[in-house]
Amino acid sequence: MIHVTTTINGDETEFVCDPRETLLDVLRDRLSLTGAKEGCGTGDCGACSVTVDGTVVCSCLVLGAEAEGKEIGTVEGIATGEDLHPIQQKFLDHAALQCGICTPGILVATKALLEKHPDPTETQVRYWLAGNLCRCTGYDKIIRAVMDAAKDMRSAA
Amino acid sequence: MSQKHKIEVALWGGLKPFADGNDKVEVEAATTGQMLAAVIKKHPALEDHIEAGVSVAVNGRVIASSLTEPIPEGAEVVIIPQLKGG
Amino acid sequence: MAFDEAKKDFNLIGTRPARPDGIDKVTGRAQFGADKAAPGQLHAAILRSPHAHARIKSIDTSAAEKAKGVKGIVTRADFATGLKGEMWNKLENVMAGEKALYDGHAIAAVAATSALAAKDALKLIKVDFEVLDHVTNVDESMKDGAPVIREGAAGPSTPEGMHPNVVGFYSSGHGDVDAGFADADLVIEDTFTTEATHQGYIEPHACLAQMGKDGKGEVWCCTQGHFNVAKVCGHLLGTEASQIRVTASEIGGGFGGKTEVFIEPVALALAKKTNRPVKLVMSRSEVFRASGPTASASMDIKIGMKKDGTMTAGRGVFRLQGGAFPGAPGTFTAMCAFAPYALENVSQEAYDVMTNRPKQAAYRAPGSPMAAFAVESVVDELCNQLGLDPIEVRLKNASREGSKASFGINWPRIGLVECLEAAKAHPHYSTAIPENGGRGVSCGFWFNHGGETAVSLALAEDGTVSLSVGTPDIGGSRASMCMMAAEELGIKYDDIRTTIADTATLGYNEISHGSRVTYASGLATIEAARDTIKKLCKRAAAKWGIDEDAVYWEDGFAKPSGPNAGEFEPMSLAKIASKMGATGGPIVGHYEATPEGAGVSFAVHIVDAEVDKETGSTSVGRYTVIQDAGKAIHPSYVEGQFQGGAAQGIGWALNEEYIYGEDGRLQNAGFLDYRIPVASDLPMIDTVIVEVPNPGHPYGVRGVGETSICPPLAAIANAVSNAAGVRMKSLPMSPPRILKALDEA
Ligand code: FES
Ligand code: FES
Repeated sequence: MIHVTTTINGDETEFVCDPRETLLDVLRDRLSLTGAKEGCGTGDCGACSVTVDGTVVCSCLVLGAEAEGKEIGTVEGIATGEDLHPIQQKFLDHAALQCGICTPGILVATKALLEKHPDPTETQVRYWLAGNLCRCTGYDKIIRAVMDAAKDMRSAA
Repeated sequence: MSQKHKIEVALWGGLKPFADGNDKVEVEAATTGQMLAAVIKKHPALEDHIEAGVSVAVNGRVIASSLTEPIPEGAEVVIIPQLKGG
Repeated sequence: MAFDEAKKDFNLIGTRPARPDGIDKVTGRAQFGADKAAPGQLHAAILRSPHAHARIKSIDTSAAEKAKGVKGIVTRADFATGLKGEMWNKLENVMAGEKALYDGHAIAAVAATSALAAKDALKLIKVDFEVLDHVTNVDESMKDGAPVIREGAAGPSTPEGMHPNVVGFYSSGHGDVDAGFADADLVIEDTFTTEATHQGYIEPHACLAQMGKDGKGEVWCCTQGHFNVAKVCGHLLGTEASQIRVTASEIGGGFGGKTEVFIEPVALALAKKTNRPVKLVMSRSEVFRASGPTASASMDIKIGMKKDGTMTAGRGVFRLQGGAFPGAPGTFTAMCAFAPYALENVSQEAYDVMTNRPKQAAYRAPGSPMAAFAVESVVDELCNQLGLDPIEVRLKNASREGSKASFGINWPRIGLVECLEAAKAHPHYSTAIPENGGRGVSCGFWFNHGGETAVSLALAEDGTVSLSVGTPDIGGSRASMCMMAAEELGIKYDDIRTTIADTATLGYNEISHGSRVTYASGLATIEAARDTIKKLCKRAAAKWGIDEDAVYWEDGFAKPSGPNAGEFEPMSLAKIASKMGATGGPIVGHYEATPEGAGVSFAVHIVDAEVDKETGSTSVGRYTVIQDAGKAIHPSYVEGQFQGGAAQGIGWALNEEYIYGEDGRLQNAGFLDYRIPVASDLPMIDTVIVEVPNPGHPYGVRGVGETSICPPLAAIANAVSNAAGVRMKSLPMSPPRILKALDEA
């Protein structure tokens, strides 16, 4: 077992894990942060997306041990207290989720996109999210929600 | 319960061999359940098929499983395979 | 309950409020199948057959039992014996008996203190297999000499003299097709194939089960039908459904695939053996290898047409491969194939064929999309060769109220003509077809379903409402239920909380399938609200000392009518509720029935596609979905169903397929090699909601979830064929297939 000290959604956190355990396993099974989902475990679906030091990664491809000293961001950290982040609100307004299993990963990825590119084109959004599978929506409403959130966030900035 | 009356029941083609070569069966009934029971009585070889599950269309309305739906006089009645979905 | 002609001005129906479970789902709080844990839980893993077909001579679990952390192992010996028919088939699929019937078939399962320990222990189980010949292709499987999957599996309808792998047969039709073909100016006959695809829900099957020594079980799982899970588990474990309480988690997609039961009985058997809670979650590769792909199909179609576009006759023969068990939806394929057309002469027959593949499961309108692909391709080719407009031809031959359906009924009020008219009028249809591109049009049809339904609606003292339904919410249905209840009661949408009740709390509810939820649970909700209103009016009448018939309900208030009109101050729901304890006790409305008025739904899709003749790759340009919803309760979620079905159809048409090797093993059991559409593959998907009310629902609702996947295979095939200048007859139209077709042209 390995002892790890890390920061998750701004909170300093410690855990122990098996060297084979992924960051996703640790978040879900050891820390009860079940917002990140396992859709494949092989880096192909994006349901497990989190940020490590600001970069979006598939947490199923990162070992728990690699979190040592890093800043981890998950879907649970996107809202500020009671207040939803504009992208969360836009996902609700646009009905951009059906089952919602892909939503945590897509929100994490979208937040990172808009921090980097506040004014993306539709094509940029589609390519940025190409690693996040959604089987329910056909992406239409997701793309609209992201574009609309970007617009609002720009005018608020 | 309304009175039983004459009903002409249409079968799908695959059932013909089990209804002595007929694709229509005439029975007396007032509900879907009575109708199916009467059809089986007339052509016992249809029992396995009907028990395996059928739906009944009454004037174009598909009744998936209920045996208590009334069949009005003069209604068009068709037995079709049982419906379900994904 | 019939359509309420009078009900026209809705307050809430047709608006787009945020879904009640939305905040939980955007903050990560919503609990899906794999998100729950129980104190002291074990983790389970399943050993699966590496062979497509093999006799299981022995299973030795002794070494695994001694491994670190292992608490229990189950095999077929731990399940019920003496089952028959459907339940025997289900058990056989959940845990192999004498033979492994497909690559991925479950052989044994281990529960251990961690998921890693359980997986490690699987490697210590020794299975002695006698490998048998296998068959995975539908046409091969019907031939003399093909390996027999199982003797005696054929149903009563199967004609004599066929291979034992043919287990079901359906035929129907009317008129004289040969005379019809003789009457035609042009007859086209061809053979089409589609491959098996997976529903591809992003959430793998997952459950958490407990079973004490008292024989009472508890299951938490992601399913489209938790009452059905209780039923199947009851049978497979040799107990009763009533002894197993099942709670439906949030469900991360199902599309038909989660109508089946795979892992819950295994987790329960392990829980029983170990006396500990057991969590069991499929990996993605297990989802592909061992949970429901669709049937694959091989289909012969012949259609005759006159120069003016009149279709004179149609014939279809459909062979569906459904894996190692009976149940491929060939009957539905045959029934749906010519449903859009009012044909005087039509005949169709279908075969249900077993192979060494996982048992097929429903996938949105099971059987219909492949039928549409085959029939609509031939219709398109006839239009091309006769120089006719594809929508005009479809309009000319369209099924409509009173016309005779291909499967024998006379149609009630249906909306195909309205959909075709809307398609013709849509700007998409009048824009120029892009250079190097092609346009495809297709109709699609699905029946929809009612089914056993119970709901309960309880008032709280503060005037809010708790609505319990028994159909898992697979696409936003709690929002529609809240809307319908609020509409009837005349209170705020936010004052209703809809819960998916567990199996011990509410009467039996059929699975969320057949596009039945908004129709059947919706109808039940409206009825339960009306039942509640009667009770509210009674309380007001008692308070006012007047006859209860002299009280009516309007916009959330009980009001005196007739001679008493204006005599008493209207009483709000909240006011009555606040005093209910002292005026007769709790107020609860309910409804239980099997509503039998589900309305069928038609759709028309238009798509433009471009084909790169160098690489064989296709890009989908513009896409428009037009579908009859009867009445859209929450238009955003109706549009979502339209778009989702179209996207899945695009995947089925262009990329997705189960690929089997010579060894009978699935070669692409992961999202990398089984590629579903990603955001950058797709365009925006335009939608038009047509509303031709269903006479069988008070607001006119028709199910919408399934029909949306019926037209896209054909629409895209037509667009691609028109772009490439060669008829594509096999799906998926992957680049190698397109290049091959171009080469052969
Ligand atoms: S679970 Fe990590 S990418 Fe699918
Ligand atoms: S909403 Fe279900 S997978 Fe995206």
